Amino acid sequence: MNYTNKVIERFKSPKHMGELKEANGKGKVGNPVCGDVMEVAIKVENNIIVDAKVKTFGCVAAISTSDVVCELAIGKTIGDAEQITKADVVSKLEDLPPEKIHCSLLGLDALKKAISAYKEKH
Amino acid sequence: MIYLDNGATTQVATEVVKEMDEVMLNDYGNPSSLHSLGRKAKELIEEVREKIAKEINATADEIIFTSGGSEANNLALNVLESGDHLITTKIEHHSIEVTLKELEKKGIEVSQLNVDAEGVIDLEELKKSFKQNTKLVSVIHGNNEIGTLQDLIKIGEVCSEKKVMLHSDCVQSFKKEKIDVVKANLSMLSLSAHKIHGPKGVGALYVNKNIKIKPLIFGGAQENKKRAGTENVPGIIGLGKAVELDLELDKVKELRDYFIKKVESEMEEVKLNGSRSNRLCNNANFSFKYVEGESLLMSLDLEGIAVSTGSACSSRSLKPSHVLMALGMGAEQAHGSIRFTFSKFNTKEEVDKTVDVLKKIVERLRKISPLRKK
Ligand SMILES: Cc1ncc(COP(=O)(O)O)c(C=O)c1O
Repeated sequence: MNYTNKVIERFKSPKHMGELKEANGKGKVGNPVCGDVMEVAIKVENNIIVDAKVKTFGCVAAISTSDVVCELAIGKTIGDAEQITKADVVSKLEDLPPEKIHCSLLGLDALKKAISAYKEKH
Repeated sequence: MIYLDNGATTQVATEVVKEMDEVMLNDYGNPSSLHSLGRKAKELIEEVREKIAKEINATADEIIFTSGGSEANNLALNVLESGDHLITTKIEHHSIEVTLKELEKKGIEVSQLNVDAEGVIDLEELKKSFKQNTKLVSVIHGNNEIGTLQDLIKIGEVCSEKKVMLHSDCVQSFKKEKIDVVKANLSMLSLSAHKIHGPKGVGALYVNKNIKIKPLIFGGAQENKKRAGTENVPGIIGLGKAVELDLELDKVKELRDYFIKKVESEMEEVKLNGSRSNRLCNNANFSFKYVEGESLLMSLDLEGIAVSTGSACSSRSLKPSHVLMALGMGAEQAHGSIRFTFSKFNTKEEVDKTVDVLKKIVERLRKISPLRKK
């Protein structure tokens, strides 16, 4: 698989992987096509995502894109976070092999699910 | 680099390289040429033909040189014509599996036999699959992913009883298992040089002399008019040298067994895929629970260890390997499968290092996996 150095770097040292203890919104998605699973957890304060973490079962692209999704979400209002696009994720990693683009969508779906879960409770 | 992907291809042996080098520099004649340089080249490839024939108890005139295992498999299936019926398995190499779709387009009927959880076909199912128009049975001998071996002798008995031709893809098993085309009633057999420390792009198809096959490539009269084109002389010489060399199978098996034992005793929630005893001596295939194969493969690669995976993520189709799915395993287990294949060039130290690295990587990936319940 031809991954850019940015993707490999992110895969080697992700910044937002793991458990988020004080999460107040969680979203889990599974990809029926390739079998990847991602769970995004966010902590929202005053309508702003102050922290986000993800747990991912999947390939190099799945791990690196979901990590980037968290990075892009942190510091944004939930409204702005909902506007993050696939292109935002991909450009942060310079590029992705075409057959791996769907991975970036999966991370965004998990984030959106986490935001809806938060909204339902608050 | 710790190279544990010998199922994909092997390191070319120095002796093979030397011999090929010599042939390219000195014996560059065209085997069809009538002058001495041509006759010398012809002589050299005929020696290899003898050698291969001897290895499988065939005769030299039954060996057709090809561009490798894929062409040999395609050529074997080319005996089929519209209206014929083929019996094969669900765990064939892509060079058979993908070709089946082409055969079906040409009006050839195809039945694919199931395998059990270890990857072995059921002889009773085979017996029941024959039809009036069954012309060929094609069964992979040693599976390239999980290493499972089929009992060619028993399959051969069934086919001979039914008077139907048997072909076997022996690309992975050639020289690793004893194969006797007479005892196994084999009508055709495919082999390839690059799995036994030979060069890539050369192989052979054994075709029993009573069988008429149709060429895939038309042109000159080479290979008894079965395969046109100036022979790949250096490749064929390399194949011949590789056949001569010792694969050191006892050493390879010992390393592989040591690896399996170490993984199973030192790691948790791992599963050996395929059969424990009935498998190619160089193959180990494991699923590591909660971990996906491609990220494990890439992590190992970053540490200088080369392996392969049947994970969906590693294939362009995003489907898990058809072989692993045929074993009846869940998509998740197939998704986490890694194949480790050994050769005589590996060492015990390499195995120790691999297991150490593997433990660290698997732990790291499990920590970030949402599938593991703490
Ligand atoms: C079982 C099997 N059959 C066929 C092939 C194809 O051989 P080749 O690469 O020489 O075309 C391979 C290897 O790739 C194989 O493992």
